[in-house]
Amino acid sequence: MSYKTDLPVMKPFKPREPEPLLGFRPWHIVVIALLVFFGPSLAFAQAGVPLLTPFAVLLDWVPLLLQGFIFNLAISFLAMALGTALGTLLGLGQISLSRATRGVSWFLTQFFRNAPWLVLLFFAMFLLPFEINLLGVSIPFPDWFKAILGLSLPVMANVSEIVRGAVRSLPSGQWEAAESLAYSRRQTLWLIILPQCVKRMLPPWMNLYSILTMATVLASIVGVSEVMTLTGQALAAEGGRPELLAPFYGFVLLLFFAYCYPIARFTVRLERKFAVIN
Amino acid sequence: MSWTPAEPMVSLKDVHKSFGTLKVLNGVSLDVMKGDVICIIGPSGSGKSTLIRCVNALNDIQQGSILVEGQEVNDPNLDKLELRKKVGMVFQQYNLFPHKTALQNVMMAPVRVLKQDKAKAEATARALLKKVRLEGKEGAYPGELSGGQQQRVAIARSLAMQPDVMLFDEVTAALDPETVGEVLQTIKDLAEEGMTCILVTHEMAFAREVADHIYFTDRGIIVEHGPPETFFKNAQDPRTREFLSQIL
Amino acid sequence: MDVIFEWFRVLYDETGINLPFLYDAYDRNRMVDGFFTTIRLSLVCLFFSVLIGVVGAWLQGSSFKWTRRIVNGYIQLFRNTPPLVQLYFFYFAIGTMLPTVENDWGGQSPILGSFAWAAISLSFFAGAFNVEIFRSGIEAVPKSTVEAAEALGFSRLQIYRDVTLPLAFRVVLPALNNNLVNLVKTTTLAYAIAVPEMLYEANQIWSDNVNVTEMMIFLLLAYFVLVGILVGGMNRWERAMRIPGFG
Repeated sequence: MSYKTDLPVMKPFKPREPEPLLGFRPWHIVVIALLVFFGPSLAFAQAGVPLLTPFAVLLDWVPLLLQGFIFNLAISFLAMALGTALGTLLGLGQISLSRATRGVSWFLTQFFRNAPWLVLLFFAMFLLPFEINLLGVSIPFPDWFKAILGLSLPVMANVSEIVRGAVRSLPSGQWEAAESLAYSRRQTLWLIILPQCVKRMLPPWMNLYSILTMATVLASIVGVSEVMTLTGQALAAEGGRPELLAPFYGFVLLLFFAYCYPIARFTVRLERKFAVIN
Repeated sequence: MSWTPAEPMVSLKDVHKSFGTLKVLNGVSLDVMKGDVICIIGPSGSGKSTLIRCVNALNDIQQGSILVEGQEVNDPNLDKLELRKKVGMVFQQYNLFPHKTALQNVMMAPVRVLKQDKAKAEATARALLKKVRLEGKEGAYPGELSGGQQQRVAIARSLAMQPDVMLFDEVTAALDPETVGEVLQTIKDLAEEGMTCILVTHEMAFAREVADHIYFTDRGIIVEHGPPETFFKNAQDPRTREFLSQIL
Repeated sequence: MDVIFEWFRVLYDETGINLPFLYDAYDRNRMVDGFFTTIRLSLVCLFFSVLIGVVGAWLQGSSFKWTRRIVNGYIQLFRNTPPLVQLYFFYFAIGTMLPTVENDWGGQSPILGSFAWAAISLSFFAGAFNVEIFRSGIEAVPKSTVEAAEALGFSRLQIYRDVTLPLAFRVVLPALNNNLVNLVKTTTLAYAIAVPEMLYEANQIWSDNVNVTEMMIFLLLAYFVLVGILVGGMNRWERAMRIPGFG
């Protein structure tokens, strides 16, 4: 019998990961999706007008919508790359030895974390020039590029927090051990600390990527022709038939679900794996 | 109820209990008279804890009968509230409510369950905390108390319901050695006041000192029982003797 | 007050920094209305998303396989699709299918306006996260603590109310607060269906006054302060709710 006084009064709390769609077979999802998205439009279709069925109309537009979706993904890749690069720097700034650097980095991180993504997107859209002159050469700033910049700002702030949190979570013994081996601070950071942090940062970073991907549709509000904009245009081209709304928006939802759900599952698996290792 | 103090206060007859295919109790019978202190000892996994958890219906049984003051526990229409007013229970891991102070922990059940007047419940609770020698700790939260102190709050919390019989489920097993004594002393005080107690314990010296009767269980049955003097000096069954030789 | 407002008019005349929502009564009202619409939308969504969270967490513990499946399906669908598309789906796809009612001018108008749809859509979005949060909180309450209450004669409902919920609530508070802060930021999406919240009103003002820079900076500051106050308040609340000697 072991003696132990400080029994945990509560079990450790970990935000519960959503269960997988346990027991859902692929056909379940297909049936539910069809019911949800197309069921309502059957009501309109009964009007008896010999128009193409909503499903057939959608099929015509699928290639274009897919192109738009790929554009969304391209925006997400670039914004993620840019935001991660900037965010890592900002995160390192937050753990800098210089008080001023820490303060400024902390403020920038909080500022861009507290601002709504859509407002930051507007900010980038309206306040960046449409071209810049560099040594007499004018480099155009197209809308999609501004959207990438605008979306990378919140990514940057969130990556900064992820980096700071991961470095903080390492036991201080690592720093002390490295110091006693005469590593410089920079060496300690790049050779000892950050490599260990990568594993801890990966799950929240992927989570952030998923959020960013879903945020790329915001670019439609500021006029970038990504999947949402194209959907609107397709609906307009079809004469704004109300029974088309559900299939078209439903299709966009499915596109994102098909992309983001596997990422979410994979993130959960990674988290579990790392939890066991640690 | 037709129960009179001349009959056993707690009476188990041929109790069977299994978790799935695992048989835990395999025909246990025992009687506890009013004012008796009995100790149940035995190796881990012998069904001791399950046995007393069945007495206040925390576990149900598949077969047999458990009577508490004449009330049948193995009954689908059991009035659990009525049963639990009579039977108090203290757990190995104290299980205090972490978000309530010591005083609130003791007061809560009388106020919520027995619908007692708050002022009256508070006066009783303060007296009980004093009795378990925790005067001055009324406002402390469980997280601020030592294991022994938490366990004594748990005892006071059970006593606040004014039970007729108390169940103690290895109440010192999770404690630091230096705080075991204070909890045992509290139980001893209770026993001396005439409280009917059923204890599951590993503290042999204590069992010997306070128990009127000792039961030794192994693999779901009672192997041997008797008053402490004869039980410890003169165990008959080889299983009992082996267990005692290991533990003493 | 008027002196201060007039000072901003002078500021505009002298420096060109144009903040009409301070010196112009009409724009000021628009901005104030926008601010309160944002607050109102946040509060309504907060209420319903927490409600969805509690009910969903309860349903997720159901013994019916299909109830659990449907709740899980709801969670996964709303967590893994863009909230903006959800909003469009609700507002355009479902909104157009509902019957219309006659409005004050004798025309037909939808039974639910854009504010209502934004509230419904965002509540479902935030609610999907709350279900998981509440569920994990309830699971963090040890079975033995519940058992102790049972042994003291508490009924199921009493245990849920006096033990499980208060403990679960304290455990989930940080995660819940984080989600609610995100919810307030997400209310800007309502702009897309012309709910007159802060971003929308700011947009109206900069369209009229051509002062995008000033409005943009003001908006960023406004959200920074609003969310900052919220985060600060939540942190204080979390500290106040902390159980001494634990966690």
